[in-house]
Amino acid sequence: MTALSRNDVEKVALLARLQLTDAELDTMTAQLGQILGYVDLLAEVDTTDVEPMAHAVELCNVFATDQVMPSLPRERALANAPRDNGRGYLVPAVLGD
Amino acid sequence: MSLVEYSAHELKQLLVSGEITSIELTQALLDQIGTYDDHLGAFLHIDAERALARAADIDHRRQAGKPLGPLAGLPVAVKDVLCDQDGPTTCASRMLQSFRPPYDATVVARLKAADAVLIGRTNMDEFAMGGSTENSAFQVTRNPWDPGRIPGGSSGGAATCVAARMAPLSIGTDTGGSIRQPAGLCGVVGMKPTYGRVSRYGLIAFASSLDQVGPLARTTRDAALLLETIAGHDPHDATSLEVPVPAYSHSLEQPLAGLRLGIVREHFAAGLDPSIEEAIRQAVEVYQSLGATIQEISLPHSKYAVATYYVIAPSEASSNLARYDGVHYGHRTDESQLQAELNARRQQLQAAGDERGLDQLDNGLVRMYRLSRAEGFGPEVKRRIMLGTYALSAGYYDAYYLKALKVRRLIRQDFDAAFGQVDLIASPVTPSVAYRLGEMVDDPLAMYLVDLYTVSANLAGLPSISLPCGFTREWLPIGLQLQAPPLEELRLLRGAHMYEQATDWHKRQPALVRQRHTGV
Repeated sequence: MTALSRNDVEKVALLARLQLTDAELDTMTAQLGQILGYVDLLAEVDTTDVEPMAHAVELCNVFATDQVMPSLPRERALANAPRDNGRGYLVPAVLGD
Repeated sequence: MSLVEYSAHELKQLLVSGEITSIELTQALLDQIGTYDDHLGAFLHIDAERALARAADIDHRRQAGKPLGPLAGLPVAVKDVLCDQDGPTTCASRMLQSFRPPYDATVVARLKAADAVLIGRTNMDEFAMGGSTENSAFQVTRNPWDPGRIPGGSSGGAATCVAARMAPLSIGTDTGGSIRQPAGLCGVVGMKPTYGRVSRYGLIAFASSLDQVGPLARTTRDAALLLETIAGHDPHDATSLEVPVPAYSHSLEQPLAGLRLGIVREHFAAGLDPSIEEAIRQAVEVYQSLGATIQEISLPHSKYAVATYYVIAPSEASSNLARYDGVHYGHRTDESQLQAELNARRQQLQAAGDERGLDQLDNGLVRMYRLSRAEGFGPEVKRRIMLGTYALSAGYYDAYYLKALKVRRLIRQDFDAAFGQVDLIASPVTPSVAYRLGEMVDDPLAMYLVDLYTVSANLAGLPSISLPCGFTREWLPIGLQLQAPPLEELRLLRGAHMYEQATDWHKRQPALVRQRHTGV
């Protein structure tokens, strides 16, 4: 597999919504490269015609009954919010800057 | 004998017969915690007042002849990863330092309904990511057998508190060995049930297709008692299995007649500590002397288990941990500072006429996400989020994630074939004993490779148990791992109990040191 560059790591950090310092970018580039180098071991396994296994217990279609159930009251759902106005969560302005 | 030394089973009998009260027992354990936990660091939060009030209530109900639950008056410690609306649930992360769950995890609700006394919340690797508990954002936990060494992880506090007689029972979680590995390194019993056996509702998710809640205790009987209390179908968790839960503790004593025990050729390879290999081989001889036949088997894909795990687990983690966005709950960065920094940078770029730079500059919301997460998560959590994000990103999904899912099936098929020949598989829990605090922190890959014996059970969804099977010359515990086919917890527990009855490793106690924390 291709080697991981510092630039790649910066792009992944944005995708992951993480702000990494320059020092973190350096360490992360080296360590992720090392880990991915090890993981490349999987390439040698012949997986032709093998179905992927996403779950240990392959259940399908577990349906709940179509019935209205109680849910968390709004004030409890908002109780841990860093910023709210009693009705919803508040975030920095996205538009107009 | 001090009350803290009794097993949960013995304590239950003493409570039922009225020889002791839950208040006395709870106080004895709180005293033990007060004496040793400053040094060992197993607990993140203790609510002594609440625990004693709860114990008093149970004692009153018992005296009044009212019906009581199966764990009535027994103190249980809970890993700080399961929501409890009566207190904090931090996952040993700054991200959740001030989080107060609005509801109870099903496991916590079942413990409360069983009249257990929830005595405290145990330390762990942040978000259960790690194998040494050194990734906790808050404190170091020490191995009671040698306080200069790690207790294992991620359920390091859960194993330490049981080994150091600070709780007879504790709840851990196991995504790649996080119950069995610390149990093995601390010389206690730890069990990961079949995936789906215990509800994950209210368990703060790490890797949802691998996470499972399970018991830690000093005997298999106690582990059985705790497991039968927390196991069972839960409509709140769509992956929990709708199958009956046997009364494990009732038929535990029946030995497995004609047991076929498998040992895995690939497990005894370079890298395995010779004293561990010897202890495992001796454990296998004990089974032989009990009438078991031993068969060598092969799990040909076992050498790929760690690589498979370290694609799948971080991928799921990167997705699960996306919820920590500084909006709904958890840590949020200081916004005024953020806006000031962004404005200054924007002016800089405008002055320089850097159109591309302006284009790429984060908006306020994105920067709020990024800074909140950067400040809230520790290095190992960031590493796994990055690894998972990369493995799931466009262009790499097929080569990493999809490939790992296919190898996962081959690993499961190896086990299915093996369990056609044998009833249980015996192996080491870890290739080496507890290492020194700080020894591996700079080498994540080396730390991951230590998981080679435990991750397969999670990938395949099997039940698996770790039990004490000896010590090195320096008195560091060695664990024996047994694995069984899905839903065969009873077979696993009966098999473990057979061994426990024939040996006395589980009765050994660490010589605890009364000493305050002195740094690593």
